[in-house]
Amino acid sequence: MASSADNSLTEQTTPDLRHEVRKPKKKKVLLMGKSGSGKSSMRSIIFSNYIARDTRRLGATIDIDLSHVKFLGNLTLNLWDCGGQEAFMENYLSQQRVHVFSNVGVLIYVFDVESRDVERDLATYVAILSALLQFSPQARIYILIHKMDLVVPSSREAVYNDRVNAVRSKTMEYAAHAMGGPAAEALDLIPFATSIWDQSLYKAWASIIHDLVPNLSIIERNLANLGLAIEAEELLLFERTSFLAVSSWTSPEGQRNPTEDRLERMSNIMKHFKQSISRFTGTPRNAEQFIRMEHKAGMRFSLFILKFTTNTYLMVVLPPGEARFNAAMLNCQIAIQHFRFLDGPVAQPPAVSAAA
Amino acid sequence: MDAAKSSAQERDAAGKDAPKPGDAAGASAPASAKGKPRLLLMGQRRSGKSSISSVVFHKLPPHETLFLESTARIQKDSMASFMDFQVWDFPGQIDILENPDFDMEAIFGQVGALIWVIDAQDDYLEAVARLNATILALQGNYPLINIEVFIHKVDGLSDDYKLDIQRDITIRIQDELSDHGCENAPVTFHLTSIYNHSIFEGFSKVIQKLIPRLGTLESMLTNLCRTCRFEKAYLFDVLSKIYIATDSSPADMASYEICSDYIDVIIDITEVYGTWHRSEDGRKKLEGAPWGVKLEDQVGCATAESCLVLHDSRKPIMLREVDRYLALVAIMKEDSYDKMPLVNMNVDAVVEGLTEFFNITRRKG
Repeated sequence: MASSADNSLTEQTTPDLRHEVRKPKKKKVLLMGKSGSGKSSMRSIIFSNYIARDTRRLGATIDIDLSHVKFLGNLTLNLWDCGGQEAFMENYLSQQRVHVFSNVGVLIYVFDVESRDVERDLATYVAILSALLQFSPQARIYILIHKMDLVVPSSREAVYNDRVNAVRSKTMEYAAHAMGGPAAEALDLIPFATSIWDQSLYKAWASIIHDLVPNLSIIERNLANLGLAIEAEELLLFERTSFLAVSSWTSPEGQRNPTEDRLERMSNIMKHFKQSISRFTGTPRNAEQFIRMEHKAGMRFSLFILKFTTNTYLMVVLPPGEARFNAAMLNCQIAIQHFRFLDGPVAQPPAVSAAA
Repeated sequence: MDAAKSSAQERDAAGKDAPKPGDAAGASAPASAKGKPRLLLMGQRRSGKSSISSVVFHKLPPHETLFLESTARIQKDSMASFMDFQVWDFPGQIDILENPDFDMEAIFGQVGALIWVIDAQDDYLEAVARLNATILALQGNYPLINIEVFIHKVDGLSDDYKLDIQRDITIRIQDELSDHGCENAPVTFHLTSIYNHSIFEGFSKVIQKLIPRLGTLESMLTNLCRTCRFEKAYLFDVLSKIYIATDSSPADMASYEICSDYIDVIIDITEVYGTWHRSEDGRKKLEGAPWGVKLEDQVGCATAESCLVLHDSRKPIMLREVDRYLALVAIMKEDSYDKMPLVNMNVDAVVEGLTEFFNITRRKG
């Protein structure tokens, strides 16, 4: 499959930019971890707008559940949700080894924090790691310590650090043994503590997605320009269905906001509200629920969330002021055309239209 | 909307001075409690009284009520809200009619409403019998007490079955009462569950009966709906999500739920972005060129106002903060977003009217 895609790319003699855009499309995102650790639950919440309660209805994943999640129009996540029962795991590592582990962009490995047999979990993890390093040494590795809500709040940090250190030392141990010093040092794990019952899940996934989004630097530059022009305190760009924050910009004043986790909190708040609206309107959960939301909190701040491009919503936090608010709203609508390239393969940045 | 947390402390304070059932209940109630309407929660044990008061007044997530312990003595809560009222949660195993230690006058003397909770998923004959005895006992001395029957735990029951149960209970109570010659007792029935908004709706209706001059409030809202072409308008108590008034068009659960959830969203967003203080320098910059006006004069409305436009029907939903405790939420007609400025002016007038109304009624209360 990969080779045919490469051919089509060379035939078109596309500029480098195009190549950069296409590349992440092909890469797999592997979601792995022990059976019952919560892989399918988190996938359903993020991409299918389940609420945490609903995930109880999910059954065990048999073998690999392949899904192509459309994200931002031009990025298709090739998500492989791998059932975690031991028989399947062995199968991935033996017969399906090449099939599963080649061309992986991201491995998300989920550890159940409640697991009683940590040693065994780690052993499985190392086996997976070895296969991954063999076929896709460039893959990024995310470690999610999941179900953190089951740990007493006071000891959460300690338990989390403990687990992450254990995983890290195992990884280093293996890498040093298999690849030698310098390669092992380049290996970087990105750990997160997650739970489906609060916003921590959105933090992890926003970060995973963030790295996969093409043209990120253009988005960030455009957002910064827009933010300065409209005197905003903060801009958040959300993906339409998952309401994950794709990118953000914060003014120096806005950075003084003591709420550190506001991106994922906003994702969480809006996602829940989307569910309420879908109950009210009777529309499907994945459909668009609203086109704009405004809130002016007197002398404190104003905020609006706007249907932005086809696949995104833009949230703007502004200082108070009626005129400022209205001007910003108009300006954001004008700015939409500068973000059109987010909307799928057709509307690429200018370089492509020149080539066509 | 700043007062979101104050009610939690109220409970602690109220819990401490809750007397043992043997005490002359109410006699030891703090003097400040005088004059507050009182809601009594009664019913069989395990019918869900404490769960109700935890969910409605303390924002406990419904599934966590499983861990609530059985109530051993009268639990008194007071709600500091638009209308200060007290909630007394009675242990189900104690029958106040048979226990001579209770001072009936202290309990029922200034009651606003008696809420009798019946577990619909259990055998309710005994509960109905006790309720009948209680109503008959109260009719003699305290005929003005509203009796509200919550047919509770109806989630999971089919709509037909729910109505069957309600009809059955209604008939049993009315027959018994008319046998004893008491035809017009103020008994009302509500189907409730803590797992959806029905419990809030039930409480809303209970509270509304205790509001002096509710009709004036309702006609204000009805007028607003007519002039602005609103489909439905609710005046919410922000803390408890109880609506204290609505316009005259029929209330449906769906519109109540979306309005109530909208308030939640606004509270959550305000917590993220509205609770920290911006710097003086930033403020100076905002008041400088090109604006050149004090920030106070730049804002259109001193209290929170908000609006949301739905995707499919293009219906806007608007929210307006009335005072610390109250918010006006309304569902508007399709495609009326363009009329928002006009609507805001009308809402301004209504908010002014509401403020005046509460100033007058509060002074009398």
